[in-house]
Parts: sequence; structure tokens; C-alpha cells
Amino acid sequence: MELKPGTRWRSTVSPVEVIVVRPPAAAAILLCGGEPMVDVRAGPGASRAGGETTDSCVIGGRYYDEPTGLEVLCTKGGSGSLSVEGRALAAKPTKKLPASD
Amino acid sequence: MQTSLLLEMAAEADPDRPILGPAAAPLTNGELLTRARAAAALLAGRSGDKVAFVGLNSPEMVVALFASALAGKAFAPLNYRLNDDALRALLARAAPATAVVDDEMLPRVQGVPGLDIVPRSTFALANAQGEDGGPTCACSPSDAAVLLFTSGTTGEPKTAVLRHHHLTAYVTSTVDFLGSDAGEATLVSVPPYHIAGISAALTGVYSGRRLVQLPAFTPEDWVQTARDEKITHAMVVPTMLGRILDLLEKGGKALPDLRLLAYGGGRMPAPVIERVLGRLPHVDFVNAYGLTETSSTVCLLSPQDHRDAIGSTDPAVRRRLASVGRPLPAVELEIRGPGGQRLSAGDVGEVYVRGPQIAGEYLHRTTLSGDGWFPTNDSGWVDEAGYLFLEGRLDDVIVRGGENISPGEIEDVLRGHPAVVDVAVVGAPDEQWGEKIAAFVVCRGPAPDPAALQAWVRSRLRSTKTPEAWVFRDELPYNETGKLLRRVLKQDLADAATSPASAA
Repeated sequence: MELKPGTRWRSTVSPVEVIVVRPPAAAAILLCGGEPMVDVRAGPGASRAGGETTDSCVIGGRYYDEPTGLEVLCTKGGSGSLSVEGRALAAKPTKKLPASD
Repeated sequence: MQTSLLLEMAAEADPDRPILGPAAAPLTNGELLTRARAAAALLAGRSGDKVAFVGLNSPEMVVALFASALAGKAFAPLNYRLNDDALRALLARAAPATAVVDDEMLPRVQGVPGLDIVPRSTFALANAQGEDGGPTCACSPSDAAVLLFTSGTTGEPKTAVLRHHHLTAYVTSTVDFLGSDAGEATLVSVPPYHIAGISAALTGVYSGRRLVQLPAFTPEDWVQTARDEKITHAMVVPTMLGRILDLLEKGGKALPDLRLLAYGGGRMPAPVIERVLGRLPHVDFVNAYGLTETSSTVCLLSPQDHRDAIGSTDPAVRRRLASVGRPLPAVELEIRGPGGQRLSAGDVGEVYVRGPQIAGEYLHRTTLSGDGWFPTNDSGWVDEAGYLFLEGRLDDVIVRGGENISPGEIEDVLRGHPAVVDVAVVGAPDEQWGEKIAAFVVCRGPAPDPAALQAWVRSRLRSTKTPEAWVFRDELPYNETGKLLRRVLKQDLADAATSPASAA
């Protein structure tokens, strides 16, 4: 998987979908619920139940991995936490700017 | 990421949230998406790869913005205030294209080859009655999302290209998804063809703040709508704010629900902002600086910055009331000299910006450097704490005897004179100096002796910055979004210089 900015990925264990905001410094595999995510354009059939689904991914949430620099935006929420290289992605704190338009 | 995904996310996460229109009869996120999909199905079958929009603010403008994305076409709102010939010339440039046109404006757009016209009433009806066409988005994040014709205050209008990834980078890096409280509402009064009109629609939907549109700005309608609709947020250009303030002071009306007022899109005279801070003490103010080519805001002066400046006795902090603030977290900013070298704090040069939202592109031409920096053509400097002060467009700099003189600081000094209401300083052709400084002045009451105004400037700046030619006017020429039309004044000077009965 090439996690280029703007590419979209979906979970195979839940409805979760994400979009890459910042790419990782080096090639990496993005997992959701312990299973590699697949290209959103990939047809169904790859889905399988199982994996680790105790955590969830919230729509509109931004998740990042400090060591690789990877950052994604969750565009569809669901169960299953995001991880890369065995580390769970952390939810990025919101930094509310005053409205300017 | 495509702009349509912003709406799809909002409709997925909170389909019943009111998002567009009056509180009594708003469209919800879900309804807006259904309409946009129905509109996309309509647009997909029509001509061209662009959707021109000729009309006032309306719900259909927002529907057409998202529908264009879903249909894989670029949305191109046009300035309906142009005269008929200029409007048709722009439409001819956009052709082949489909044009959604206000019914009252239909006679103005006839006879343009390659233009497929959909009256707004037909468009609205089809969207409201159409079935949900389902997701049709086939476009890529790097496709053109919006085409805007820049105002051309200094020359020919150019077509700015904003791609999906620019606009969505701006939205997702500046507002939190559904981060608005229930009950928040934004009043949109800039026209559809202004970048702030586009960004307001996108950030409103993503943040979940209901959009209330003024078809066209008048201060009376603005104040009445703000009160009736319990408006909490709004963005205005400086001329609008001045007129709203005049009305509030005259009419004694309050804006009890307003929480935040952003202003930008032109130079805000310090006396106006001081007056408005005093008049609306419960409101947070934001000064936003941005360009069409930067997907809206790149710098802002926050409410806290305003409070710190107004409450400070330190001149360096106090003067930040005249600054446009600091860059957004995702934007880098540099001031560069004529040779491209990076300048230090305090030195005046050209403002450069870089970041994911910066497009810096015109049709068939990019102005971005290889490493992504965009020259704004704005002249300015930053203080030690990184606050940006703008001096005006680089094209407006007057070169007198080899010295670069920014009109902005001379105008600020003259605005401080008790008799001066408004002023514009421009360069006039001069045989000896190349250019001389000319001041167009609007006065309250009888015009003062030019010698007195010269003395006023000389004592505060220096003699080389003192205007030599003075023209008194009843008003200055502005375009409808509040930009001073300096080229009109320069043309007046040039005409006067070549006519035998020279007045200037």
C-alpha cells in the first residue's frame, strides 16, 4: 500500500474509512482492527470479521503516528483502532481556530 | 480529498443537523446531500467540464458548488455585476460549459456560443424533486474544484484555479469536524464569486454551522437578518463593516446573538476597528488575511490579539490592531527582498506563503516556485513576534526618484487628520522624479488647504513621502467587494495630464 496524501483506505473489519493527510516517512502498512486496510475502490469480498475491535475510529477525527509522521482523517467511523508498525495511532487534539469566513 | 466528501461526511455523521437557510425552514445535511446528488445527475448530462454560476447568493449556489464536485466539473461563479459585454466575454472564455443563471439575469447571457444554460428555478426544482442519484464523484483530488476570476483591480482579470486538495486542506486544517455548537449560524454576505463565499460554504458544512445567506449586501438587511436569525458568526469586508457600524450608531440597534465577526479582504482603517470594538464589546473580532489564490485565509489576528492590542500601552503591541496577525498553523510565511533573499523582522518586502492550501495557479500558468512558495504580490513586514503588517499591493508602490514609497502609510497618516474621511494615494507620472505622489481626498465639510495637509504628512513622515498633487473628491471608486480601484484614479490622473485643461 502506498500511503500517499489524498489516498483513501477502508477497513476490512468494520465500516471505517480514512484519507491520508500526511504520508509516512517510509513505506508502512496501515491496519484497522489488526487487519491491513484496503483501497476504498477495491470491491467487497475482502472484508472479514474478527481482529481487534475494542476501540473505535471517529468520523472527522485525525489520527497520527509520531515516529513515521503518518496522519490520517477518518471519513467513516466504526469499530477497530488504527495502527501502524504495531503502534496504535493517537487521536490528534483539536486546535480550534477562530472562524475567519 | 474532494470538496464533496466534506458534505458526505457531515451527512453521514449528522444527517438531521440544519445547515442551510433560515431557522424556520432550513435544509439539513442529509437534504443538502440529496439535492447535491440530484443536481450532479442533472449536471453530468449537460455540456462542458465547468459549471458557471451567474446569480446572487442562494441555496442553489451551495448545491451547485457540491454538485459540481460530485459531477466531476469545476464550479465557476461569475461576477454578475460586470456589464453585459464583460459578463458574456467571461462566459465565452468558460465555454464549453453549463451555466446556472438567476432567472432575472437570463436575458444578459444569451447568445454565447457553447453555453448550455439552466435557469436557476429549473435547477432548484430538479434538485428538490430529483431522486437521490447516489454518489457520482469520479473526480480526483487534483482536479480543478473552483475557478475564480480575480478582481483585476490592477489589470486584466485572471482565472485562478483552486483544486480539490487545496480547498479541503484549508477546511480540514482550520475547522474541527462538526465542531460547532447547535444554534450557531453564519451570515454570508460576500457574493458567490468571492473566495470567502466559497470557503464559508465549505467550512460551514464541515463544522456544522448553519449558513444563512444574504442575496446581496445592504447594511439594513445585514443587521435585520443578524437579529432575526440569531446570527452568531459573520465575515464582512471593510466597507461593509463601516456601513454596518454607521447604521448601528444611527439606529441604536444591538446584535445580542453575535459572538464573532471576522473582517478581511482589504485594508481596515484603524479608527473603524477601534469604533467597532467599542460599539460591540461582547463580540470577538478576527482580522483575516487571504487571497483567492491561497484558498482564503492564511493569516489571522485572533480575538485575544485584538484584546491585547487595545488594552496595551506598549506601542509595539498596540499597533498590532493594524496587523493581519500570524500565519495559520499549516501555512509558512516569509518576507523576501527584490533579489529573492529572505528579510528579517521589520524589513519591508514581498509576502510569500507556502502550504497545502496554497494554489497560486492561474489557467495554464502556475506562479508557485519549485519548492511551493507563492509570491502574493503584497508588500509587507513582520514584527519581532511574527505579526504581519501589510503595506499594499506591490504594483501600487510608488517609485519616486528611485525611492520605493508605499501608499498605505501615507494614507494611514492622512486618515488621522480630523477633516479627512477617506483617502487614496497613488503615483502620478512626473518628468523629474519618474513618479510623484498624488492624494485623492474625501473630506468632511470644506476641503482644507493642501498646504495644511502637506504639513500634517511632513511632520509625521518625511518630505519625500509628502503628496505633491491633491485632488478632492466626494467619494472614491471601490468595487463591490470593497477593493479600492487605484487604476481608475491613476487613469484619471493620466487623462488630466494629457488634457489641455489639466485639473490635477
